[in-house]
Amino acid sequence: MYAQMVKTGLERIQSKEEMSPEERSFQERIDADIKIEPKEWMPEAYRKTLIRQISQHAHSEIIGMQPEGNWITRAPTLERKAILLAKVQDEAGHGLYLYCAAETLGVSRDELMEQLNSGKAKYSSIFNYPTLTWADIGAIGWLVDGAAIMNQVPLQRCSYGPYSRAMIRICKEESFHQRQGYDIMMKLARGTPEQQRMAQDALNRWWWPSLMMFGPSDADSVHSAQSMMWKIKINSNDELRQKFVDQTVPQAEYIGLTVPDPDLKWNAERGHYDFGEINWDEFYQVISGNGPCNRQRLRTRVNAYEEGRWVREAADAYAAKKAARAQAKAA
Amino acid sequence: MSDQEALFEYLLRLGDNALVLGHRLSEWCGHAPALEEDLALSNVALDLIGQTQLWLNLAGEVEGKGRDADKLAYLRDARDFRNILLVEQPNGDFAVTMARQFFFDAWHYLLLRELAGSKDGRIAEIAAKSLKEVTYHLERSRDWVLRLGDGTEESHRRMQAAIDDLWMYTGELFEADEIDRAMLREGLGPDPAALHEPWLGLVKATFEEATLSLPQPGWAQRGGKRGIHSEHLGYILADLQFLQRAYPNATW
Repeated sequence: MYAQMVKTGLERIQSKEEMSPEERSFQERIDADIKIEPKEWMPEAYRKTLIRQISQHAHSEIIGMQPEGNWITRAPTLERKAILLAKVQDEAGHGLYLYCAAETLGVSRDELMEQLNSGKAKYSSIFNYPTLTWADIGAIGWLVDGAAIMNQVPLQRCSYGPYSRAMIRICKEESFHQRQGYDIMMKLARGTPEQQRMAQDALNRWWWPSLMMFGPSDADSVHSAQSMMWKIKINSNDELRQKFVDQTVPQAEYIGLTVPDPDLKWNAERGHYDFGEINWDEFYQVISGNGPCNRQRLRTRVNAYEEGRWVREAADAYAAKKAARAQAKAA
Repeated sequence: MSDQEALFEYLLRLGDNALVLGHRLSEWCGHAPALEEDLALSNVALDLIGQTQLWLNLAGEVEGKGRDADKLAYLRDARDFRNILLVEQPNGDFAVTMARQFFFDAWHYLLLRELAGSKDGRIAEIAAKSLKEVTYHLERSRDWVLRLGDGTEESHRRMQAAIDDLWMYTGELFEADEIDRAMLREGLGPDPAALHEPWLGLVKATFEEATLSLPQPGWAQRGGKRGIHSEHLGYILADLQFLQRAYPNATW
């Protein structure tokens, strides 16, 4: 997940008749579920949209390291600490695969990092919320990774080969992340009264931002329709959100937690849960920079990048010296 | 002090070194100079946390008072920690972290190699397992000393400054006290002083290749092994132990 609103740069969808022969044969390959590989011809808008989508996802993984990293040094047992550290490390790994996938589309990791650091590139709004207690680490694994999986599982079948393959690797690890998050919540929900309160409080704070992760309704969005035609988006935002709610509510009930939505009700006719209105005003505020942690997250990222510059330069300089010496020796 | 008590103390030293350095490295996660380093530093931290569990669980078993690795890690105060001062020094810049790591890894490697031949099978087993991991840690930290020492002017300056700052914490690694002597007597652990020559050889050769200068021998800071620490350890424990202290008797 983590790409909530990806623009295609197009205003309407072309009909088959309007397409050039190249565009038509491209679309036919996609319709036939043939993967598009980096060196093949592709419409410029497809390439640009994919770069936007993959890089938003990559940036989300990297920024997402911060809220969870916030509890690594305070994890309550050695085992919890090792699991959390391994999880945050996985996120760095996911970022790396995704930047590599984006690089196959002709943009470098450095360029993408610059876009992130300058505030130009977007990342998922969820990571602009703070992790205030240990239960937040459980809530992130359970809800945030749970929501991410909803979107990523179908993307394993997306039309672009490198992205699809990155998703396959990522999904394996994400489902482990979600289980560990739920496990933390279960332990807390069955723990002391203080721990139960901590768990409920975390669910209260993370529930609505998790639903926002799927993005606003895109039933009428040209961009989503185009992305779906290209098979780089498989389901609509509302479909995925509904699926997430349907899956998560029984999980909350099972461990005795209450979903903070007075309008939540099983609708037997639809076979789904009905749920309350999402505060989209909050969503737009957070995504445009006014969340509780936007500035802090970006500043931390920029600092790490800037403070690491001399190290990267040294590694490059050393590699160049070593290569020159090897060459001189060979000559 | 009985042999059992001496062994308990000795195992605490091994476990606490891994615990405190693992903790320090985990502070880097998300802040490293490149994603590859976030991954690598976390790997080393994870190895050290795993070693902590092995050593401290064995310490608890030897002590026989029902304390496991978590109880020992989360419910002792600073005066009862037995790690060397080097590992609790703050991360500083990347050069400080890597210099600290190289000094430690080179010593840790030599120590574990000896401990893998310990008469106590439990010690030998943990040491052999850890040695595989630490061989890689040493390769990596040595590589960074070379890259930073022989990289740019700035990286050279920073690495030399890191070495000069940390040098006084390396003396403690090679000083034997009554616990080390008891271990040596029982065939459980090596004479720390015997590790100095090979350690210095490795450090010298690495510095020479990295165009770095070896600091003059000087006064060594000591005390960690006896529980006299720097001011830094208290803050590490404040973070590490927060939840266990704030919610006594909860399980997580």
